[in-house]
Amino acid sequence: MKRIPLSALLGLTIVAAYFLAAIFAPLIAPYGMADAVGGVWEPSSAQYWLGTDSIGRDLLTRMIYGGRTTIAIAVAATLLSFGTGATLGFTAATLGGWVDQALSRFIDLIMAIPSLIFALVVLSVMPVTVGTLILVMGLLDSTRVFRLARAVAVDITVMDYVEAARLRGEGQIWIIFREVLPNALSPLVAEMGMRFIFQVLFISTLSFLGLGVQPPMADWGGIVKENKDGIVYGVTAALYPAIAIATLAISVNLVADWILNRTTSLKGGRNG
Amino acid sequence: MHPVVKLLAQRIALGILLLLAASVLIFGGTQILPGDVAQAILGQQATPVALANLRAQMGLNDPAYIRYFHWLFGAMHGDFGTSLANGSDVATDIAGRLANTLFLAATAAIIAVPTAITLGLISVRYQGRWPDKVISAVTLATVSVPEFLLGYILMFFLAVEYPIAPSVSTIYDSMGFFEKLHAIVLPVMVLVLVVLGHMMRMTRAAILNVMQSAYIETAELKGIRPFLVIFRHAFPNAVSPVVNVVMINLAYLVVGVVVVEVVFVFPGMGQYLVDHVAKRDVPVVQACGLVFAAVYIGLNMLADVISILANPRLRHPK
Repeated sequence: MKRIPLSALLGLTIVAAYFLAAIFAPLIAPYGMADAVGGVWEPSSAQYWLGTDSIGRDLLTRMIYGGRTTIAIAVAATLLSFGTGATLGFTAATLGGWVDQALSRFIDLIMAIPSLIFALVVLSVMPVTVGTLILVMGLLDSTRVFRLARAVAVDITVMDYVEAARLRGEGQIWIIFREVLPNALSPLVAEMGMRFIFQVLFISTLSFLGLGVQPPMADWGGIVKENKDGIVYGVTAALYPAIAIATLAISVNLVADWILNRTTSLKGGRNG
Repeated sequence: MHPVVKLLAQRIALGILLLLAASVLIFGGTQILPGDVAQAILGQQATPVALANLRAQMGLNDPAYIRYFHWLFGAMHGDFGTSLANGSDVATDIAGRLANTLFLAATAAIIAVPTAITLGLISVRYQGRWPDKVISAVTLATVSVPEFLLGYILMFFLAVEYPIAPSVSTIYDSMGFFEKLHAIVLPVMVLVLVVLGHMMRMTRAAILNVMQSAYIETAELKGIRPFLVIFRHAFPNAVSPVVNVVMINLAYLVVGVVVVEVVFVFPGMGQYLVDHVAKRDVPVVQACGLVFAAVYIGLNMLADVISILANPRLRHPK
């Protein structure tokens, strides 16, 4: 086992802390998610570590539950975008020909419209539920995963071992999942961190605009929306999500960098 | 036909085709509901009569493709229909707001583009040393925070703690040019910070790519000062990728304004779109979606056109 570099260790610790806080939110949070426990925008004190929000709920509690919602939605959307994007990307690269052309041009078209605008257009008629949000965010972002997966897989499909598998008479499904997928994994895993962060920013933006997670459920973008009017009175409640999102983003990047380095050096080790 | 003209014609035709296809997607995006739009607008408690009236008003009794062509034909003639929320003419509303949004985005671009290119040149000159590291750390921080949070951070420090700029950027037609400029200081700063990071990083990468060429080594061996090597020899050869980077970021800027406008209550396209998405005002959403897509596709097309024109290799066919 190689020594983990300090930066990756730091990133890993912070990411793990966020995920644990998200999973065990009801056990950690000092109060109930929607309970009004104090006055409006009380400053931080021993009783309310981060103070209270616009309707007197404990802000630390809101941040912990908010992280739970934000992270859960971002994870689900990332998994959906990788499932869809990678499968379609590998299929396009392995089959080639008109399938590749049709898929690639369609993806080009979707990417010609900015994601946020397209999401807003779709959300104007869809009911805004957690399920719809994950579906819209995941599918829109799968276009980027598709491009990466296809680019990586095109290089793999010309390898001798893929040729050998074809001559053995393996089916397309086998080639995609047993030959291409394992060899394309390391760039995809590194990209996964980036996409996850993108989804965190995306859902926060939608919630901030009032078109994402609906109250009384807490999420980081929503906390900004609920407390933004306090800013002009010098209340910092709306700024805490900024710290949470920025630290999570930087930590995930540190871990993703380390995974990329580690997997590439492993591959080098195996070959000689 | 001259090959450059042919390439340009192809690229412009592709852009128009893309815009047409995008209009299908935007129109289709508002039709994918399992029920129909009228039901979604009025909710579950709607009476059948109200539903029937709204369906007739929106022309929902026609098949989707007829409605699409009807809408597209109107849009091409500057007719986007009327708003469901307040009955006003969508095209008139958009015209005023689009001008405001373009004013905001253009001001941000005028500041961001030269700054990004200068910072890119500086970090190439001092590659791996402290100026490069400082620039790259700061830009990494600004791209890791979403626009709206950056907006509130700036608002907290520059409008509340040390009030040097207004926290709300409402502008009116009656305001003078400099009054307007003062009103939009904070949103412009946010937009500049957001695109600066991307633009500077991509500029740096584009110039570093050129720096590995043999002629750069020759120039260095001749003993030219490092800044001149970069400015005279590397930069001209990196113009095409840099222009591309700038255009892509301008396209991003036009979309980034959506959130920034909401933060600073700026009367532009973004605020208009977001308000009417919440009201399920489909004609307005479709029109805004199409305008945003057109600007985005247009800027991307312009990027390709400029890089075709800037590439001398394409001008002299073999």
